[in-house]
Amino acid sequence: MTYENILNQRIQNVKPSGIRKFFDILEEMTDAISLGIGEPDFVTPWHIRDAGIYSLERGHTKYTSNAGMLQLRREIAAYLNRRFDLQYDYASQILVTVGGSEAIDLALRVLVDPGDEVIVPVPSFVCYGPLAEMSGGVPRYLTLKAENEFRLTPDELRAAITPKTKVLVLPFPSNPTGGTMDRKDLEGIAEVLRGTDIMVLSDEIYAELTYGRRHVSLANLTDMYERTVVVNGFSKSHAMTGWRMGYVCAPQPIVAAMTKLHQFGIMSAPTTSQYAAVEAMRNGDRDIEHMREEYDRRRRYLVENLNRIGLHCFEPKGAFYVFPDIRATGLSSESFCERFLLEEKVAVIPGSAFGPGGEGFVRACYAASMKDIAEAVARMDNFLTNLRRKQGKEVLS
Amino acid sequence: MEKLLELLEQDCTMPVEQLAAALGEPPEAVRAALKQYEKDRVILGYQAVIDWDQIRRETVTALIEVNVTPQSIDGFDRIAERIYQYDEVESMYLMSGSFDLTVIVSGRTLREVAQFVASRLAPIQGVTGTATHFILKKYKEKHLVFRPQDPEEKEFIFV
Repeated sequence: MTYENILNQRIQNVKPSGIRKFFDILEEMTDAISLGIGEPDFVTPWHIRDAGIYSLERGHTKYTSNAGMLQLRREIAAYLNRRFDLQYDYASQILVTVGGSEAIDLALRVLVDPGDEVIVPVPSFVCYGPLAEMSGGVPRYLTLKAENEFRLTPDELRAAITPKTKVLVLPFPSNPTGGTMDRKDLEGIAEVLRGTDIMVLSDEIYAELTYGRRHVSLANLTDMYERTVVVNGFSKSHAMTGWRMGYVCAPQPIVAAMTKLHQFGIMSAPTTSQYAAVEAMRNGDRDIEHMREEYDRRRRYLVENLNRIGLHCFEPKGAFYVFPDIRATGLSSESFCERFLLEEKVAVIPGSAFGPGGEGFVRACYAASMKDIAEAVARMDNFLTNLRRKQGKEVLS
Repeated sequence: MEKLLELLEQDCTMPVEQLAAALGEPPEAVRAALKQYEKDRVILGYQAVIDWDQIRRETVTALIEVNVTPQSIDGFDRIAERIYQYDEVESMYLMSGSFDLTVIVSGRTLREVAQFVASRLAPIQGVTGTATHFILKKYKEKHLVFRPQDPEEKEFIFV
């Protein structure tokens, strides 16, 4: 059979991520240090794991309602109100999903008609463009600038809007840059959007990992609530990646449409995970603070030391990534990462993997032990010194 | 710098430069604070937590409940001192409840520990009774779990 003729054309047109070969090398190495994976290094706090286990002991093994357990949605509504001043009705405006990723997929599928344009600021996490394409949409990549610390500016947004623009993806705090948008930055964006019908997919999965300030959601701003779809989840805030627990909040008609899709494609999010999530919402705020404090220490250490060894890096105020500028080395970000991995056995991710605009940068994740981070810095220092020596020779010869 | 103490309690092998960066303080300030804490005996020492079972060295640890008659002037402190001065005593606490002191003693063999209790501890003036409990297995100490690492297959996902 010629599967090229059989497989859906749209799916075939989507390029797979090229980063896999990199991980293949890494998996073979024994004493490698990985600052590559964007995942908390913490295990889910015990009381949350225990709640999941207890639910199994009690025999809670059936489907829940499509939108998620009522008590979980109630807790999510209370949490969003408590932490971010967001008001959502638990009964009609919250949908519990299989990770934030499903929420992003659903949001794009219910909003995008074929030919609609989706503005995707890059560098950013890799899923938005492909998911927009699979809904028949056309991703319009908007390249954020290092000198703005990878914020989205009103002028950049204005220039990217066309009559076909349907959705703006707002991925802050950002993976991979660690950049954030403050209230005043968001005010500028809101000003551009006011009076248009453009919807915003606000991916706030890293909201709790905001340092020295409080995360502000676009939905908090005047006139923005009715156009904003807020995606969040438990993976990053509560170190629950493997539980696959996310949620999405939006005006009622949008949630109703997403629930329809979710109902046919997923039925309901995993029951055990939902019970664990209830516990996370009820008694997990201290865990969040604890982990954030721990990440913050590593963040400050890594930023200070990368700059010290000559790898310029702006201070990221969110997520758990630093995004140093490697242009001074003269290497492309991919060859930088490949050589760094092969010569020093440390994995960081080429910025080019996160779309145009990422070239010239690499992403290092500091959700790793302080020991590993310190060792990685020492190896980076070594790598850069060797590189300079080699390049010096090349210049001389 | 209470945060400094918390960091050291987690891992006292962290170099000053790392501590400084993590705290957002200059290294000199951290060095000075360390010196002061050591001088004031806020920091008593720096020790490793070791799983001796893994290297098959025989050790026995016992938790001994001790009842004493407190003395009029120094209360429990005087008699406590008489007990904790022995090198065999690893830790010791004054307790509320049905007995007065918890004494943690370790030795190479069961006999060695029993000997200590019978010939050193029990005869001390003011000690009115002891109950010795031998520790069979250590699960956790100082937030660290005594368990060999579970072998885990490395799997990477792009996130």
